[in-house]
Amino acid sequence: MFTGGGARGTVISTASTVGVLAIFVLIFVLAPGARTVAHAFFYGRDMWQSFIGDPRKGYYSVGAAIWLNIRMFLAAEVLILPFALVIALIRQSTHPALFPIRVIATVYVDFFRGVPLLLVVVALGLGVPGLYLPVISHQPDAVYGVAALVITYSAYVSEVYRAGLNSVHRSQVAAARSLGLTQRTALRYVILRQAVRNIIPPLLNDFIALQKDTSLVGVLGVIEANQAASIYASTVFNYSSFTVAAILFLILTIPLARFTDRLIERDRRRRLAGVAA
Amino acid sequence: MNGGAIRIEELRKSFGPTVVLQGINLAVDSHEVVCLIGASGSGKSTLLRCVNLLEPIDSGKITLLGQEITAQNIDQNLVRRQIGIVFQSFNLFPHMTVLRNVTLAPTKVLKLPRAEAEAQALALLDRFGLADKRDDYPDRLSGGQQQRVAIVRALAMQPQMMLLDEVTSALDPELVAEVLDVIGELASAGMTMVIATHEMGFARDIAHRVCFLSEGRIIEDAPPAELFTDPKDERTRRFLRRIVEAKRL
Repeated sequence: MFTGGGARGTVISTASTVGVLAIFVLIFVLAPGARTVAHAFFYGRDMWQSFIGDPRKGYYSVGAAIWLNIRMFLAAEVLILPFALVIALIRQSTHPALFPIRVIATVYVDFFRGVPLLLVVVALGLGVPGLYLPVISHQPDAVYGVAALVITYSAYVSEVYRAGLNSVHRSQVAAARSLGLTQRTALRYVILRQAVRNIIPPLLNDFIALQKDTSLVGVLGVIEANQAASIYASTVFNYSSFTVAAILFLILTIPLARFTDRLIERDRRRRLAGVAA
Repeated sequence: MNGGAIRIEELRKSFGPTVVLQGINLAVDSHEVVCLIGASGSGKSTLLRCVNLLEPIDSGKITLLGQEITAQNIDQNLVRRQIGIVFQSFNLFPHMTVLRNVTLAPTKVLKLPRAEAEAQALALLDRFGLADKRDDYPDRLSGGQQQRVAIVRALAMQPQMMLLDEVTSALDPELVAEVLDVIGELASAGMTMVIATHEMGFARDIAHRVCFLSEGRIIEDAPPAELFTDPKDERTRRFLRRIVEAKRL
């Protein structure tokens, strides 16, 4: 995928990859503290035990906890996509009557892109229950975590949408409107379709970051993968549980990254189909 | 010349401090072909965009088929349905096939069933020699093919008239003829058309009337035989002389 030059190219790239890897491994192995670090982070027995967990010994399964990360990620993503679009459309609107909400949307985006996500998680997770509101203050901690993710990431994603909307040339609007399409229909079938196509890579990039950031919800005491690993580490005094969490996050994010590449490639090929033939 | 199709009265339009149209008066009959000529920046494109309500006007009045379309409470979408406009830069929808480009507006605006819209679109594509391109995406087509698809897309809405905005200006010279042929066919089929163009030979052949624009005004408005051979105004004469010197007429 990243190589050019046919069979010869493959041989060269493989050899250089092996060489570079060997250098890294060598540096690690030759370091004075290599044995200690290897034991603390890559100890097979601890990795397995933290993966399966043992409540009787006071620690949770990292492997089971990752499911909570996945669920939080999916819930957040489903909410972020439409919410961020609404924010972007408000910011793109030009009608004078919408000026106040345009200002609110701008302040919102500036604020939540500037405040660290961790602070938003803490503020919602500890603040909202303290309000003693009916229903709203009596949700599981994971819900406040997801809310914090949605609020913060929508600010970022709305900017991605905005870039996408701006990437569609104004003449496309003119062409659509000149055919009698209403503003709404033109937006839906002509502008948004092209905008979304243009922003799939940065959008999925944000979602890869979102998958990892679900671990921040752990500060509320929610047993997600990172929190489960942390509990294991402080119970057994071995950090291999964090390595397990890292591997699990990688297993989640790498397919998404490859999927992104495939989508882009498929789109490119479909549009150029037959040109080379 | 009673302006049964389009009647424009004292139309004025500025972009900020730049005055683009300063009092345009023009009447177009049904089945009439009017060509607008003049240097770039003389206001031809803006005039067409105003008629299609793509640009809000500053003052004046535009009447379309007896209805004042510049009135306050007019449904712009309803007006635009009756006018097909084709742009210099084609502006096809790049994410849709040729067929979908043509059927989008009929299905979404006229609410035609998809099958009916497609049958109608295919008939039009076939008429202009584009039937085999139905499933291609625009960026696979030549400029001439794209512009013909753009014309078909506008025709699919069954407009009462067509506005053509320098539709051959962005084309390679060898592709101009196929687009002009299409327009010629529309003219002989009786389509009302207002055509902004730099193709003087074409204007001379196809137009019933030619209007010469300069600095946002119609300086001269006459049948092509008269305007091209015996222009009355000095500015028209100067413009045509430059065109002849450039061997474009």
